[in-house]
Amino acid sequence: MKRPVPNTEDAVLALGQRLEKTTRSPGLTLAGETLALDLCGGLWLAAHRTLIVSDLHLEKGSAYAARSGQFLPPYDTRETLACLHEVVVRLEPARVVALGDSFHDARGPERMEPGDRAMVAALQEGRDWVWIAGNHDHAVSEGVGGRYAETLSLGGLTLRHEPTADAPEGEVAGHLHPCGKVAMRGRAVRRRCFVTDGRRLIMPAFGAYAGGLNVRNAAFEPLFPAGFTAHLLGDGRVFAIGKAMLSKD
Amino acid sequence: MRAGRSALLVAPTGAGKTLAGFLPSLTALAGRPPSPKARGLHTLYISPLKALAVDIARNLEAPIAEMGLDIRVETRTGDTPSHKRTRQITRPPDILLTTPEQLALLIAHREAADFFATLSCVVLDELHALVTSKRGDLLSLALARLHRLSPGLAAIGLSATVREPDALRRYLVPQRPDPPAPEGNGSSGMAELVVVKGGAAPDLHMLDTGLTLPLAGHTAWQAMPAIYDLIGRHRTVLVFVNTRLQAEYTFQELWRINEANHPIALHHGSLDATQRRRVEAAMAAGQLRAIVCTATLDLGIDWGDVDLVVNIGAPKGASRIMQRIGRANHRMDEPSKAYLVPANRFEMLECQAALDAVEAAAQDTPDARLGAPDVLAQHVLGMACADAFDANRLYEEITSAAPYATLSWEDFEAVVDYVATGGYALRAYERFAKILRGPDGLWRVRDARIAQQYRMNVGTIVESAKVKVRLARGVRAKPGAILPKGGRVLGEIEEDFADTLTPGDTFLFAGEVLRFEGLSEDEALATRAGPGTDPAIPSYAGAKFPISTFLAARVRALIADPFAWDRLPKQVSDYLLQQRSRSLLPGERDLLVETFPRAGRHYLTAFPFEGRLAHQTLGMLLTRRLERARMRPLGFAANDYGIAIFLNRDVGERIGREPDFLESLFAEDMLGDDLEAWLDESAMMKRTFRQCAVIAGLIERRYPGQAKTGRQVTISTDLVYDVLRKHQPDHLLLRAARQDAATGLLDVKRLGMMLRRIQGRIIHKALDRVSPLSVSVMLEIGRERVYGEGADEILAEAEAQMLEEALA
Repeated sequence: MKRPVPNTEDAVLALGQRLEKTTRSPGLTLAGETLALDLCGGLWLAAHRTLIVSDLHLEKGSAYAARSGQFLPPYDTRETLACLHEVVVRLEPARVVALGDSFHDARGPERMEPGDRAMVAALQEGRDWVWIAGNHDHAVSEGVGGRYAETLSLGGLTLRHEPTADAPEGEVAGHLHPCGKVAMRGRAVRRRCFVTDGRRLIMPAFGAYAGGLNVRNAAFEPLFPAGFTAHLLGDGRVFAIGKAMLSKD
Repeated sequence: MRAGRSALLVAPTGAGKTLAGFLPSLTALAGRPPSPKARGLHTLYISPLKALAVDIARNLEAPIAEMGLDIRVETRTGDTPSHKRTRQITRPPDILLTTPEQLALLIAHREAADFFATLSCVVLDELHALVTSKRGDLLSLALARLHRLSPGLAAIGLSATVREPDALRRYLVPQRPDPPAPEGNGSSGMAELVVVKGGAAPDLHMLDTGLTLPLAGHTAWQAMPAIYDLIGRHRTVLVFVNTRLQAEYTFQELWRINEANHPIALHHGSLDATQRRRVEAAMAAGQLRAIVCTATLDLGIDWGDVDLVVNIGAPKGASRIMQRIGRANHRMDEPSKAYLVPANRFEMLECQAALDAVEAAAQDTPDARLGAPDVLAQHVLGMACADAFDANRLYEEITSAAPYATLSWEDFEAVVDYVATGGYALRAYERFAKILRGPDGLWRVRDARIAQQYRMNVGTIVESAKVKVRLARGVRAKPGAILPKGGRVLGEIEEDFADTLTPGDTFLFAGEVLRFEGLSEDEALATRAGPGTDPAIPSYAGAKFPISTFLAARVRALIADPFAWDRLPKQVSDYLLQQRSRSLLPGERDLLVETFPRAGRHYLTAFPFEGRLAHQTLGMLLTRRLERARMRPLGFAANDYGIAIFLNRDVGERIGREPDFLESLFAEDMLGDDLEAWLDESAMMKRTFRQCAVIAGLIERRYPGQAKTGRQVTISTDLVYDVLRKHQPDHLLLRAARQDAATGLLDVKRLGMMLRRIQGRIIHKALDRVSPLSVSVMLEIGRERVYGEGADEILAEAEAQMLEEALA
């Protein structure tokens, strides 16, 4: 039974305002850790003063130019780093974890512009910086500072790039670039999102040129057999939307 | 023309101008002494339609064979097999018939210089239709190259009557910076003009069924029996409509009442090509009594037997309607017979304005285009594929093409830089450059792979991705479950439209109301909605062409002049009288703004008559301003004639209280920052940018089959647009997209003209209820998408629904 769709004013002005307070609440808990979902697409663990970002795909533009002669605007790296800079200045993390696929390919660091390289160094200044291995950039870390790790444990959480179906509770992963789509009254909104069922959490891609995979894609099913809630990155805040309200592509 | 000079031949349809275009060539070729060896290409014919080229070839071959002439005629299209293409290069025919895209490929060929060296004549058919688009830009550049490869080349343009023949005359011959060429090929930079005076005046009427028409809607269902009756009384009837949806609807309705079982066929762009070819063949063979068609048959093969044209809906433009009427009775001495069929009362006004314009033989073909930079980028890469080029010499050649005559050296350099390394301020791609400048100063293409990439992406037509619509069967036992298999495919819809559907939405397609059930792989599954269901989601792709500026001015004049009303059907003049007594009728140059409350909301309506596209842009901008003025606008709707904005606050009271409010609301400066801010996030702008990016080769074309291969792999042009806009807002492709927005999907140029026109001429009428005029645009609300609704509002609503369910 389809619910009658309330008209715009009612839904937006009344319900939206009422709900704003509830959804701005502290965020989520996963394996006993409190997580804040940041509007920029980063995950903030205040207790550990740790910021997690996933799938930066730095130098994706130049990877296309090198491989296929497609000259996408070469500003994706600095755009991604500018977003990262904004959140780092705001939260002042003691540790930043890049959850894999930080570079689009293994030769990405070589192609990086000196200015962008300096920006990475400036971001790393005075804090622990961890590059988690991804499938695109398994051997990265030469000349880009920070330290390198396959996985990282943080309190009750396990941080790794690719989610694993049989992981115990508390896995935080990236890799899938989740996106949620809401279609209503002739309009569709498609946004990057966090996905969680309270046992694991999949991060949205942070990179400027990183595409998205719809959360209703079969790839998410084995990871969330009992359903999930997607937290979509809106323009002004993060919206919690259940699986049933999300459309397929 | 016989003297080998370039010429523009303007003639009404039916005057046999296509054959006339070939006469000088046939005469020259027939007079040649016999020669045992191949003599090279003599004449090139370019048609906007592949099918037309093939048909002309057939029409030429017959007389050549009858007269026993030694002239070889061949076509070259996308369907020509590769062995034949190769052979055509090594052993060219005397006459080659092809399309602008194939010509672009030919001049980018390594052998192009030899191939075209012997060319003495190029015939450009339906030139008036070609020059209004980017295809015309591409063709102009190819023509400039032909003029260079074969000096003394005669370019013959064939055209229907146009408003500015001089623009087409310039298009045909090389433009030179002043002073103008003294003598010879097109003195003062124009081809000669040959005008064939029109034959009999058309026998044109508005179809009056005697029934009262609604104030909105485009189906013209009332007229179907009358149209069916006309079909019964004529040999062959072409029934033109404005959109595919109308075509589907009309076709269904005519068959529903087709008791005599007349062979009536359907022809539009969503049907697959073989189906269309079958319809065309049956038509040519005289087997059909009627074809319901869209603009796909505006141009094309001459059907001898069409003795009536029926045009359903708004005529949109005077020249456009003349072209359509000309499809009937392709004989000079007999009048073309046609009926205009209005679908609502406003269209009656528009039909009358079109009748007046046709009687006065007035034309409203668009102005000459300014060549698009993205098309130029494609051409420059093509020229590097053909041969090493010298930038100065190429610049000279390109500026000899009329659309690019005013191109500055700096803009040209920017295009070359774009082709080489992307044209970015950040010089990141120097080492991957696609074209390189050698020590000899010449530019060369990097390697064969880049040349291959060019060939795969040539052309200016960017099709949007489509998905099939399949009729699925619902499962009674399990509500909500559907069986995807077994149903038939109804047609295709744009992927962008399919994206906005959510299961349960109802929409009109293939003449029926369908209920969207979901997407399965690359198909949209739908079931038939119950009888009496109203489609909730507006149709995909509305009327593509807005009403022409010229026709709109005539409609405004008609409304403003009660003495002219006796030419209108009584229901229209009655309607205008009601409007005059309940509110007022604006003068010819005035803008009427009405405000009134209705069902707990406040409304503001305005009637600029500038076409749907300009009105949608206007609506977006006004909504932003009203938002800032704290009037709490909720959305708006637009049609070809006006807009309606709905608000939470009493805007009429505010206008009455603040004398300057209305003037500043409609002030021209809305085209400044507000427009920029909106363009940044406009979906229309992103679509425009995508087309430029594809044409300029930034993004590779998607081919059928690879269309749906995972979006996380294909890079989204929206992401590219956002990044580029932020870091290099003056980039070539953004400038190209803005240039397109001015005249294309956003019609900003026209909106600007309107805002200047109405300065000091805005008339406000505060009403206590909706006026007759306002009803027409109010009816669009709910039919059209509601704008002014941000992404966050949609997301908040989805979130709220979930939370409500959880709390229930």
